[in-house]
Parts: sequence; structure tokens; C-alpha cells
Amino acid sequence: MTIALETLLGGLMLGALYALFGLGLSLSLGVMKMINIAHGDLIVLGAYLCSTVMQALGVNPLVSLLAVVPAMFVLGYLLQRLLLNRVVGRGPLSPLLLTFGLSIVLQNVLQETFTADTRSLQAGDIALQGFNLGGVSIGLLPLISTIASVLVFGLTSWTIERTHWGRQARAVSDDPATARLVGVDDRGFFALITGFILSVIALAAVLYGIRTPFSPTAGPERLLQSFEAVVLGGLGNIWGTFIGGLIVGVAQVFGAKLTSGLGPFFGHLVFLLVLLFRPQGLFGKAQR
Amino acid sequence: MLRTDRLDAHYGLFQALFGLSFHIEPGETVALIGSNGAGKSTLMKALVGAVAVRHDGVTLDGTAVGGEPERRQLSRGIALVPEGRRLFPSLTVRENLQLAARNGRAGAWTVQRLFDEFPVMAKFQNRPATALSGGQQQLVALSRALVTNPSYLLCDEISLGLSPKSVNEVYELLGRARKGGLAVVLVEQNVKRALSESNRYYCIQKGRVVLEGPSDRADHALVAKAYFGM
Repeated sequence: MTIALETLLGGLMLGALYALFGLGLSLSLGVMKMINIAHGDLIVLGAYLCSTVMQALGVNPLVSLLAVVPAMFVLGYLLQRLLLNRVVGRGPLSPLLLTFGLSIVLQNVLQETFTADTRSLQAGDIALQGFNLGGVSIGLLPLISTIASVLVFGLTSWTIERTHWGRQARAVSDDPATARLVGVDDRGFFALITGFILSVIALAAVLYGIRTPFSPTAGPERLLQSFEAVVLGGLGNIWGTFIGGLIVGVAQVFGAKLTSGLGPFFGHLVFLLVLLFRPQGLFGKAQR
Repeated sequence: MLRTDRLDAHYGLFQALFGLSFHIEPGETVALIGSNGAGKSTLMKALVGAVAVRHDGVTLDGTAVGGEPERRQLSRGIALVPEGRRLFPSLTVRENLQLAARNGRAGAWTVQRLFDEFPVMAKFQNRPATALSGGQQQLVALSRALVTNPSYLLCDEISLGLSPKSVNEVYELLGRARKGGLAVVLVEQNVKRALSESNRYYCIQKGRVVLEGPSDRADHALVAKAYFGM
């Protein structure tokens, strides 16, 4: 029983990280109707940036976020302004092709710059600490990353529901041409959103890099996890993405308990099964 | 004065406007009359910046403003009520108005004033905008443009598909706005109504002005002829 509970908690906490991976994809799909194939590679880039900052300044990975998050925001802003805005609103294919190319470029640049060796982010004591809750042991770091994920999701959801930015986002998502008529600068707004997305990616990347060793080619697997979280939850539904991430995480950890090494397979399997019965995702609206 | 000078407009290879010259004075109401596809909507879109045109093709009080983005035209006081209302379904009635108010100009029209004058909108303010009846939606669409406090309001088919009672309500709101000195460009299927509501009219056919003049002296037979292209 304790083992089952521990496994469940472990899965939920891993899933919260997957959800954080997926948030950016969910936003860009929801607001800009754009799928960024380089999403996973940007996560890996974030992890390498963190590693570089740690080496240069000799700081803890969590402290490095102070530099990595703003850097990734600027990168996202410029990426959208200079590159992605050229293809937004031109149907699904152009953004797919462009970001697929971007993904290849990123992987190669990472390999060229950082070599193909795996790296990990050493967080020191914090990564090993944990506590015991009625016989169930919980790691401090997974707990921190879960709390961070819940906070980011809560903040994003609140922003979308309650603020002027959120109203702009929903209006642009509904009807970009009419949103422009009421004075929304959709292109500039997209750049801010992508800046925000890359900031979230930076946070997710650091939490991921502390947990798992990474290499320049680790991006596509991260993209897949993000994608599964988004699609499972239902497109354009922020909390759906969160639940989707949790499901993939739990399936993966339970799968790994059954047959070690096959964890990711079970995550994908659950994804496939859910889609067979609810093609629109758990919380998605059926296609009109 | 808002003016177009020999304006051409294109959608890709298709040319929608051919050397169209048009003007509207502050406080004036001008009707655009013509069949579907004549270029009325294109002219309006060109005025608000939704269709790319030559920079000096559109002038506002002598300054060239053509081809600039919608938000710039909105801040100069040119606003469009698009055909088919185009409210945002993910936003409530109040949010539809708030979004426009925030991006528009400050002035006499506020979200609160519109709610005060039209209690039906206040009553449904927290519902999704598209959950309202057609007439109520049109009121919201018109309000969404008014709350940006424009000097020139372009209304594209604001009575289309509405009950006679709703049409009167929409024109009542428009009438109140005009009392404040608002200039209105009106595209309206009901030619009689268009002429009775306006000071001047233009008949547009295949992207060209074929007839224009003061509305009270309009010859209905000539207008009908221009409308049907006979």
C-alpha cells in the first residue's frame, strides 16, 4: 500500500513537470494556432544555458534561474518577432515546417557547442533531501518542482481569466482579424507570449536538468511529453494540460514499477488509449 | 475630414476598388449603397487599415494614413463595426467592451454609460457575448466600437438579419452617438433606410463610384438603377 502511494505521488510529481513542459505548447496552440516543433529543443537549450551560467558564476541551478529566465524571455520575444511572426496565421503547415527546421538547427548548434556528452545540473544537498510523511517518503526537489508547476499554472490561468492580457489572448484566439479591429497588436502580443513561454520553458528545463541527465538530442522526447500532456487534456484548455501531464507522469512511473525500462512506453500507451475513446482529449470540446 | 483619393485596393490578384474617391466630414452621415461585392466593405476595411492600400490613398484632415495598422487608425478615431457582428465568443459581454475600451480613446462613451443606457446589456454583461439574441449582439457590437470613442464610425450591415424592433433599437443607439458629433459611414441593405438616415450617399458598383449626392434629393429610380447596375 505504501509502495503504491509512493508510486502514485512520484508519478504525480513527475507529471507536474511534464505539465510544465506542455504549458507553453498549450498556449501557443491556443492563442497563436501554432505548433512549435522546436519546443523540446528549447527545453534542452534552457538546461544547457543553466549549466553554462552555473559554471561561469558557480551558483546553484535554482539561483541560475535569475539569469536564465530573463535570457529565455528575450530569446522568445526575438524569436517570435523576427522569425515565427512570418508564418503565424498562414495555416498549420508553415509553422510546422519552420519550427522543424529550427529544431534541427538547435540540435546541431547544441551538439557543436556543448558536444554530444550528457550533462546534468548538480543541485547539491537539495536534490537528496526528503522527508517522511506517515511512512511515505517524499523528495524535496520533486515537491518543489510540483509546487512551482501548480503556481505557474495558477498564475497563467488567472491571467487568462482576469486580466486585460488574458482578454486579448482569448480575443486573438477567437478571431485575430476582429481583435485587430478593437486595437489589439497581435504581432507584438505574440512576441510577449512566446517570451513568457520560453520563461516557463527555462523553469521547466532547470527542474528537468536537476532530475535527469540530458544531451543535445533529448529535445524530441521532451516535445513528445509536452504534446501528450496538451492533447490528453484537450486543446486550448490550460488546466486540461495540467491534468494531462499528471496522467502521463503517473502512467510512466507505474509502468516503470511493472517493468523497469518500459516506463515511457506506458505513458504513450495511456495516451493512445485515452485518444481512442476521447479523440478531443479529456476536457476538450468536440469539433463543431 | 476623412477622404480617399483615387483609391485602389486588391485581394491578391483580384482588384476590389478602382480609383475610388470618397470623403466624409466630421459629424456627417454618409450611406454607401451597392450590391454584394460592389466594394463597400472593402472601402471600409481600407479606411480602418484592415486592407493594405497606398499610404496617401487615405487622408485624415490632410494627413496621409492609408495602409497603417488598425490600432493606429483606432487611436486616430476611426472604428469599424464589422459585418456579422464578430463578437468574441470566449469573452463575456462586459469583456468584449472592456477590451475595446482599454485599447481605444478616452471620451464620453464608457462601458458603464453604455450599460446605463442599455439595461439589457448590463443584465447580460457576464454572459458569453454570443449567447445573446441577434439584436442584443448587434447592440454589443455597436457598443464595442462606440466605447473606443471614435470620430468616424463605419457600420457594415448593422441591421442585417435582425427583427424590425431590434433594427430600431440599433438605430436608436446610433442616433444617440450621432448627437455627440460622431460621423457615420453606413452600409445598409435597406436603401430607403440608408437614405433616410444619411446626409449624403454614394452608389458603388464594381469598385467605382457611379452616383453620389445629398440623400434628401436622391432619385430612387436612379439609385435603384445604379444599385442593380442597369
